[in-house]
Amino acid sequence: MSTDLGLPVMGGLDLVPTTTDKQTAKDFTSDQEVRWCPGCGDYAVLAAVRQFLPTLGIKRENTVFVSGIGCSSRFPYYLNTYGMHSIHGRAPTIATGLAVSRPDLSVWVVTGDGDALSIGGNHLIHTLRRNVNLKILLFNNRIYGLTKGQYSPTSEVGKVTKSTPLGSIDHPFNPISLALGAEATFVARALDSDRKGLTEVLGAAAAHRGSAFVEIFQDCPIFNDGSFDVLRKPETKDQRLVPVRHGEPIVFGPQDNRQAVIQNGLGLTVVDAATVPTEQILVHDTSNLELSFALSRLSNQDLTHTVTGIFRNTDRTTYDDAVRTQNHQAKNATGTPDLQALLNGRDTWTVA
Amino acid sequence: MVIRFAGDSGDGMQLTGDRFTSETATFGNDLSTLPNFPAEIRAPAGTLPGVSSFQLHFANYDILTPGDRPDVLVAMNPAALKANIADLPKGGVLIVNTDEFTKRNLTKVGYEANPLEDDSLADFAVHEVAMATLTKGALESTGLSKKDAERAKNMFALGLLSWMYHRPHEGTERFLREKFAKRPDLAEANILAFKAGHAYGETTEAFAVTYEVAPAKLQTGTYRQITGNAALSYGLVAAGRVTGLPVFLGAYPITPASDILHELSKHKAYGVTTFQAEDEIAGVGAALGASFGGALGVTTTSGPGVSLKSETIGLAVALELPLLVVDVQRGGPSTGLPTKTEQADLLQAMYGRNGEAPLPIIAPQSPGDCFHAAIEAAAIAVRYRTPVMLLSDGSLANGSEPWKVPDASALEPVDPGFATEPNAPDGSGEFWPYLRDADTLARPWAVPGTPGLEHRIGGLEKADGRGSISYDPDNHDRMVRLRQAKIDGIEVPDLSVDDPTGDAEVLVIGWGSTYGPIGAGARRVRALGKKIATAHLRNLNPMPANLGDILGRYRTVLVPEMNLGQLSVLLRARYLVDAKSYTKVSGLPFKAEELQNVFLGYISGDYLTGSHPTTSTDVSSGAMA
Repeated sequence: MSTDLGLPVMGGLDLVPTTTDKQTAKDFTSDQEVRWCPGCGDYAVLAAVRQFLPTLGIKRENTVFVSGIGCSSRFPYYLNTYGMHSIHGRAPTIATGLAVSRPDLSVWVVTGDGDALSIGGNHLIHTLRRNVNLKILLFNNRIYGLTKGQYSPTSEVGKVTKSTPLGSIDHPFNPISLALGAEATFVARALDSDRKGLTEVLGAAAAHRGSAFVEIFQDCPIFNDGSFDVLRKPETKDQRLVPVRHGEPIVFGPQDNRQAVIQNGLGLTVVDAATVPTEQILVHDTSNLELSFALSRLSNQDLTHTVTGIFRNTDRTTYDDAVRTQNHQAKNATGTPDLQALLNGRDTWTVA
Repeated sequence: MVIRFAGDSGDGMQLTGDRFTSETATFGNDLSTLPNFPAEIRAPAGTLPGVSSFQLHFANYDILTPGDRPDVLVAMNPAALKANIADLPKGGVLIVNTDEFTKRNLTKVGYEANPLEDDSLADFAVHEVAMATLTKGALESTGLSKKDAERAKNMFALGLLSWMYHRPHEGTERFLREKFAKRPDLAEANILAFKAGHAYGETTEAFAVTYEVAPAKLQTGTYRQITGNAALSYGLVAAGRVTGLPVFLGAYPITPASDILHELSKHKAYGVTTFQAEDEIAGVGAALGASFGGALGVTTTSGPGVSLKSETIGLAVALELPLLVVDVQRGGPSTGLPTKTEQADLLQAMYGRNGEAPLPIIAPQSPGDCFHAAIEAAAIAVRYRTPVMLLSDGSLANGSEPWKVPDASALEPVDPGFATEPNAPDGSGEFWPYLRDADTLARPWAVPGTPGLEHRIGGLEKADGRGSISYDPDNHDRMVRLRQAKIDGIEVPDLSVDDPTGDAEVLVIGWGSTYGPIGAGARRVRALGKKIATAHLRNLNPMPANLGDILGRYRTVLVPEMNLGQLSVLLRARYLVDAKSYTKVSGLPFKAEELQNVFLGYISGDYLTGSHPTTSTDVSSGAMA
């Protein structure tokens, strides 16, 4: 039997009721006092999200944030939307049940590197492969903050923490490569302090119909202070940040020292832009999985070359749309469901 | 009359038994069945671990159990004979497929001599039938390969038995035509084999006698045959109907619960969504997420799955959202005995979560009762905003009985009563998600999409009423007690006692699938002129309000269970009653004869002084009696 249900291509919010009322960041702010540590990158992300949500033009009551456990998972308490602070690693499962049964909701998952990649790794990859219409914001600070400073599955090898006094010895995940390998249809990365870049990525994620995976590099000033400083400091950031945009050549760096990304065998290389002909410089294509994957591994995870923006953005039927379509088709084929007929089954007999 | 079909797991014994059951139900006998099969899909052919059997008990009176011992044993090979012959009483009818009694097959299971050739089967009425040869002969004209033809021998056996017991065969023919719709040649071959078996019985002198069991006298009404898993599935569909909620099943395949997932996935037209999750945890997580969105969230599993879901069930206790957790119990611990029955998850259901996390527990008592138990569980979940545990087990799930089909229009509706307005008692116009209903202590269920009721819930402790995070010591103490009081206050029907003479001294109290064997044991005891009272608990948490009074009325309270005494622990702790425990964990239900002996020992008082049996081994060896 074919599972091509003939579904039209839709936007991520197409079934969510809209409003013409003017909404502001204040409308999306709950009465709860925000209790992250001073200097935490979560504040910047929260501010960006509060600014961003009103621009979607959807009804606030049709917005739901679901989180797991960890510092970032306190996020839903600070937004005046519907929200659930669930249990460690399981937010994608709860969001899946919600998104499948409620197409009229904009569903967001807020998670961290421990929550999504360690205890909840299984749910993350299966959610992405199913392509459920929900948005996953992974706050990656490369450390366990809430449990007070153990290394995480994205910590660099050799990290000295409370649980690894001699340095961590296990190899970290590359979250972007992982998401692409798990068949994700939308994969992006942003930096907590880059309000403009983050907002742009969030907008594209919301508009995408299907699972959107957004990795947000985020600083933990208490247990992993300054971990992304090289991407923020004026003297280093231009050489290291590689912003990409669909349809544009992949070039970066200060105006007097432009760098370009070219193909080299099956991988990519960064070269001095002045030394290669323009046609050799790769043009970003968010539908090209191989290019997206190669970009996720442009350098080691030592931040030498850190790609930001949208790696991949492609349409594939979402799991929840397909489920609802099958349900509708079953209803249409059956007509008015007759519970009594179901209970009777096919072989009955009468005792008089 | 008890018939047991036994053969290799590749011989189609479950199908044969199932068809004979359908024929018997259509004929109007009361019946009860016990499928018994290995966990391996295809254990090595012809070996003892590969033996699969299906036992069917039918009669012209109402039946409570699948029967202790078969009157007729059909053995398709030496392994099936060896594994089952000990259960056949002297004088029993034994039908063997002689084609499989080769030297190689005999050696494989440790027979040094062919039991058909020595006098080891002299106590039985043995009928030797070369089923494979006869089947191949009957199918010669069809052009099927010998291998394909031989595979129809189970239908030959079915035809033979159908003749012996005058079963109607139109249903089986129709069934075969549908099963092999894409291979009409195979359908016709199987029907031909079935008819050949029937004709063989009719024309062979060896089967001089045929049996006729008259239809049973049951309550008037429309009946069908049903298994526990099917009844439970229909109950979930009906629960969606009575609550007006879409049903969302999140499940991961696990024996013996998978058939509920299979069944429900066929009924999307009834507003049922099924989600086969990546694991047990995701199954319950998705169900809980759907409940948050206003659906009836359901997850189905067995004991190992409940272990994995425990944290999420605890979250549901804290969130106070409706959720149905169906545990079709099997032998444990760990992977245990996946295809065998046990009742050893009661205390896991009751206490298997961190912190004080009470939830209601309901246990159906027969296959058909799974339907009503599912609706009752859903009604409690919705009315009290709580996860509910439904404890079925392997013998209910796969066993079947004639079921008086309920009138769908008579099912009582349940109003989910979604919150639509702000409720803050201070008139602030705020919504307080943990402000409780004075009667039920249930909190409001406000689903996303409802304007003005935006709120956040989670696993952290919440302030009573307002629902924001609270670490206040007094508040936590109050919330723990409130959650307990809500569950304790759930209205459940009083327990009724079956005590025909009103002056029995021994009360037998059970729960779940032991209903049949306890009833059958009591019936035997009463037939001997002795007095005994029985009662069966459907509501295990909270327990019926009159239970304490009932327990206090009897000299002796006896609790037979298929675990090491979990209900008796609860009864002793709560009611300070000296409950006696009788237990069995063999993966098979109690036998009526076994319980009869235990009951008699307690009635006479023999077991009250000195030693008494606590296990079925004690009874069968007579060590204690």
